[in-house]
Amino acid sequence: MAEVTIANYMVNFGPQHPAAHGVLRLVMELDGEIVERCDPHIGLLHRGTEKLIEHKTYLQAVPYFDRLDYVAPMNQEHAFALATERLLGLEVPARGQAVRVLFAEIGRLLNHLLNVTTHALDCGAMTPALWGFEEREKLMEFYEGVSGARMHAAYFRPGGVHQDLPRGMDEEIVKYLPRMLKVIDDIEGLLTENRIYRQRNVDIGVINAKDAMDWSFSGVMLRGSGVAWDLRKSQPYDGYEKYDFDIPVGKNGDCFDRYLCRIEEMRQSARIIEQVVANMPTGPIASDDRKVVPPKRGEMKRSMEALIHHFKLYTEGYHVPEGEVYAAVEAPKGEFGVYLVSDGSNKPYRCRIRAPGFPHLQATDFLSKGYMLADAVSIVGNMDIVFGEIDR
Amino acid sequence: MTDAFWNTLWTGYVFPGGLILVHILMLTVPLLIAVAYLTLMERKVLAAMSLRMGPNVVGPFGLLQPFADAAKLIFKETIIPSGANKFLFIMAPCITFILALIAWAVIPVAEGWVIANINVGVLYLFAISSLGVYGIIIAGWSSNSRYAFLGALRSSAQMVSYEVSMGFVIITVLLCVGSLNLSAIVQAQKTVWFALPLFPMFIVFFISALAETNRHPFDLPEAEAELVAGYQVEYSSMAFALFFLGEYANMILMSGMTTILFLGGWLPPLDIAPFNWIPGIVWFCLKIFVLLFVFIWVRATVPRYRYDQLMRLGWKVFLPFSLFWVVATAGVLVAFDLLPKGV
Repeated sequence: MAEVTIANYMVNFGPQHPAAHGVLRLVMELDGEIVERCDPHIGLLHRGTEKLIEHKTYLQAVPYFDRLDYVAPMNQEHAFALATERLLGLEVPARGQAVRVLFAEIGRLLNHLLNVTTHALDCGAMTPALWGFEEREKLMEFYEGVSGARMHAAYFRPGGVHQDLPRGMDEEIVKYLPRMLKVIDDIEGLLTENRIYRQRNVDIGVINAKDAMDWSFSGVMLRGSGVAWDLRKSQPYDGYEKYDFDIPVGKNGDCFDRYLCRIEEMRQSARIIEQVVANMPTGPIASDDRKVVPPKRGEMKRSMEALIHHFKLYTEGYHVPEGEVYAAVEAPKGEFGVYLVSDGSNKPYRCRIRAPGFPHLQATDFLSKGYMLADAVSIVGNMDIVFGEIDR
Repeated sequence: MTDAFWNTLWTGYVFPGGLILVHILMLTVPLLIAVAYLTLMERKVLAAMSLRMGPNVVGPFGLLQPFADAAKLIFKETIIPSGANKFLFIMAPCITFILALIAWAVIPVAEGWVIANINVGVLYLFAISSLGVYGIIIAGWSSNSRYAFLGALRSSAQMVSYEVSMGFVIITVLLCVGSLNLSAIVQAQKTVWFALPLFPMFIVFFISALAETNRHPFDLPEAEAELVAGYQVEYSSMAFALFFLGEYANMILMSGMTTILFLGGWLPPLDIAPFNWIPGIVWFCLKIFVLLFVFIWVRATVPRYRYDQLMRLGWKVFLPFSLFWVVATAGVLVAFDLLPKGV
């Protein structure tokens, strides 16, 4: 009988695949159901964001950051605002900082609600996704209330935030929180103690602390492996040092630990939001440096100077002193950084964006090799990938 | 002479043949309507469980939705992939659908209401449900698509594995009845439904039924997150609709089997006044309805098993467990001299 060579099975996983999280394309080599090689292909959502920003004034660059990780838009704006402020040497007033923290944490809730529930959906549990999305919708209403847009808010701007909170919104957010926590408890009730969910996630996609650092993981992906690294604690920005919250860390570095970390982080975010609202300072929400932050509409009707400022800021923009800076925030997915180089003009000379999802995606092969096809889906789902930020 | 010929033809062939045809129509038409409304029920129940409305636009409470869906599927173009084996590609959904329907020939929906009251009813059902796997294998192989092929592989392994433990469960029931006739099985539950004395077997059978119909948490053959739609990924239009109908008809069939084997078929829960006024068919449908609700409930609640976990559950948990119960049941029946005597 002739000798038969058995070739491995190549599967093109995505980009049109329900578990591909947008436009991920994985070229998988399967030995039966075992993943032998898993090669992520990127670039299908590349829009040239970094290059586009080089041709826009600093203010015009803000909306691009909403469109990176469109799951938690304001967290990206935050990094850009911080970078620009550091170059300008601008101080954000206390209320502006508090409002930013408030919405950054809402962003974290938005992100983790989406990730936890869609990961469950990848594992086959369909109900959490629908419960989670309802809560996301309510959270996005707060986004809408404050900025007019559900997703692409353009709300965190260099110097502060765009507008003050509508009256009573902070209390409304706090009033809403218990309901969201109840939903998180319900989702946990369906997943955490569920035998099948545990079988699908415990000891799947294990990465130890050293490997996680070598692959330059950040955020939950790193904390799941037991490294208590959170920029909100280690390099506090916008007054995070004032709030009392814990950083959940995992132990085994598997999908299940990362899931538990995300659930706990949502509870901690709720804690932070409560503290922010309880200690909400009064005063301006943005810096009063009129060379950067446009004046109020009322002021423009009275003062010629304000009108000129407004005109200049919305046409030419502001010039940023020469220099370079790296500013990073703890975005829900990990360390989101912006490296800005300014040549003293009104446009950034270079804006490099460090998206946390990118290094995570790099490790797809490392994480899913030797696991089964269904595990690869669970691992990719658990990595919290959004292609807006990876392809930029 | 001609008179006699026509007479024999009429009484011997045409009339009985027509009668059978009428019987078949009386069963299949309500069955197909039930299938259509099962899809609506599934969507409505799932929607309620995930705090949504479900279909509510087509007709009052969305009651015409199944017909809108059917019309949509019928008018779509049937796409046959160029790499597919055309004959088998078309055959596969037909097999699935036909098998899902012909199994109903032996199901007694009420006392005496059965198309073929044969003495090997259980064996017939078992044979038909085993054949069901062919539809899926052929679909997966003939589409010439990788996802479909993987789905077909998974499903054949899965359906074969769970049939084994299902067989043992049925044997346990047969030991208590002493007949393979489905009507006799129902009659044997006059005093107590088998779900009570054989409760663990009832659970094993129901879970195996979930696996047999490729439903959550055993829906690996069509695992959306992994294999997109598994074996039916290349199907469209009416071919897809046939798979769909077949799958849902199978769900009803499996619920019907569970009802007959464990929940006393058409029998009322207690043979006393208000209960036994209600006709048997109503009880039968009611029990099927409850089981179908559980099917959907499970879908809304649990995640999906992984392939190896599913195999382990089938071979290492259910098989020894059901085997033990067969022996235990037989032992108890023999020891206390409870074996049924000549039915």
